[in-house]
Amino acid sequence: MTNSDVNILAIESSCDETAAALVRNGREVLSNVIYSQIDLHTLYGGVVPEIASRKHIEKINQVIEKALKDADFSLEDVDAVAVTYGPGLVGALLVGVAEAKAIAFAAKKPLVGVHHIEGHICANYIENKELEPPFLCLVASGGHTHFVLIKDYCSYEVIGRTRDDAAGEAFDKVARAIELGYPGGPKLEKLAREGNPKAIAFPRANIDGAKYDCSFSGLKSAVLNHINSCKMKGEEVNRADIAASFQDAVIDSLTSRAMMAVEEFGVNRFAIAGGVASNGAIREAFEKVCKEKGIEFYKPSPIFCTDNAAMIGVAGYYEYIKGTRHGWDLNAVPNLKLVSR
Amino acid sequence: MKILGIDSSSLVASVAIVEDDIMIAEYTTNFKKTHSQTLLPMIDEITKMTGISLDEIDYIAVAGGPGSFTGLRIGSATAKGLGLALKKDLVHIPTLEALAYTQFGTDKLVCPIMDARRNQVYTGIYSFEKIKTNFENEKDYKIKTIMDQSAISIEDLCKEIDKLGRETVFVGDGIPVFRDYIRENLKSEFSFGPAHDNRQRAGAVASLAFSYVRDQKTESAADHAPDYLRLSQAEREKNERQANEA
Repeated sequence: MTNSDVNILAIESSCDETAAALVRNGREVLSNVIYSQIDLHTLYGGVVPEIASRKHIEKINQVIEKALKDADFSLEDVDAVAVTYGPGLVGALLVGVAEAKAIAFAAKKPLVGVHHIEGHICANYIENKELEPPFLCLVASGGHTHFVLIKDYCSYEVIGRTRDDAAGEAFDKVARAIELGYPGGPKLEKLAREGNPKAIAFPRANIDGAKYDCSFSGLKSAVLNHINSCKMKGEEVNRADIAASFQDAVIDSLTSRAMMAVEEFGVNRFAIAGGVASNGAIREAFEKVCKEKGIEFYKPSPIFCTDNAAMIGVAGYYEYIKGTRHGWDLNAVPNLKLVSR
Repeated sequence: MKILGIDSSSLVASVAIVEDDIMIAEYTTNFKKTHSQTLLPMIDEITKMTGISLDEIDYIAVAGGPGSFTGLRIGSATAKGLGLALKKDLVHIPTLEALAYTQFGTDKLVCPIMDARRNQVYTGIYSFEKIKTNFENEKDYKIKTIMDQSAISIEDLCKEIDKLGRETVFVGDGIPVFRDYIRENLKSEFSFGPAHDNRQRAGAVASLAFSYVRDQKTESAADHAPDYLRLSQAEREKNERQANEA
């Protein structure tokens, strides 16, 4: 550790993962602790906000203490405390925000509020030391589907977003329709490997006048209609083909927009982020289209795709360097916008 | 010994520092602004105003429930974060016991009521037991729980009080909601607490915490979690479904 090093303690609790991490100079993850509540929510077929909030408060100190211990750090060695303050489930966010504020206040450290999507994007900096803005990034998870132009560190422009369901949400809903259970993403991906992606022609929706926006609710309905019509005709429902064809439609929607955007904005780097970016088929598809276009493709390891605090520590570092500071009245903002801050 | 008290279990946000038998500072607001925006700035203000460094605090006492689920968690997470950073233990004070403690020494029953929605109140029944001191004429009091805190209907609560048949003083934010019902239905004598003492006060939380510390009823910041007295709606519905199926 040198005097010029900047060490950020980061806290994330926006959905159903209680997480804390220690990150040095925005690129080096010294510890990354995640307590996942997934088993608890599986009983309900989705994340129950009140249960998530209750679990966060039970686990948060242990998670933070482990992050400090794993990094062999005491609070005195920390330069700032970063915390996700939106978007997300308000009750869940509030636990992390109140905890981070109290720690920063008592330890006399600056407080840096971080946007959850900014965190996901910044996850790409952890393992790709050479990656620097400008680049384009697709952030896709259970709650978000955004095409973002990263103009500079901490400077973002959302060029497209979903009009209805998030990509991950569509995975969960289709998985439920073909009785795969929750969480649907990984299970659907696995089943899709056994199916034919061209078996069923599911729609790829376009939005008039907003070429980078996407829509997945029509696709989800098409899947449901297909299942119903098979049942009415007494035909066997080929779940693997449905999974593969649905996934192919999602991939098409996302990769086609990504490549259009790369051209229009003249960048030669494209990154993916968010829980959906841990999907192997999606990673391969982007790898392929980027290679064909001759642009660099970046992706975080799956552990940095799903919710974690290391990514908040990275984003927190760049915000801290830029001078972002928040007061003790920082509140959780469930619908926080990426650019309007 | 200094104790920092925190209560954000209801619309009231309250913080206090009590040193032995002196309350050094208390800051209470009953105002529609989220606790997330008020609570820590209020702690900042009282420490600045009094020049007390947080390092001097021995314990952090927090109203641990029942109350607004989100409000409780903001208080808890604040206490847990302070406890983690300062390496201090927490004292979990039942919200209703602290609310009753505002009426210290009364010979009446004390019945705090909080509006729990769904036609219920969070309530308990308390009294003060006289105890001897070393001085012949000086008395001290110990709070005694007659009915432990729970969520029940106002009808059942009034029946309980009438069973005990003693004059009762009501405190808490359930008063405006249930005042008329109590006036029309309670057979025992009763009164409502005065404005300065009929809502949550962190001074009472911290003051009561001294006896908890004496009884070694403290916990680590990591172990602390609110006591909601109620399951989440999803858990309740799941249990009902399972009960119906069985």
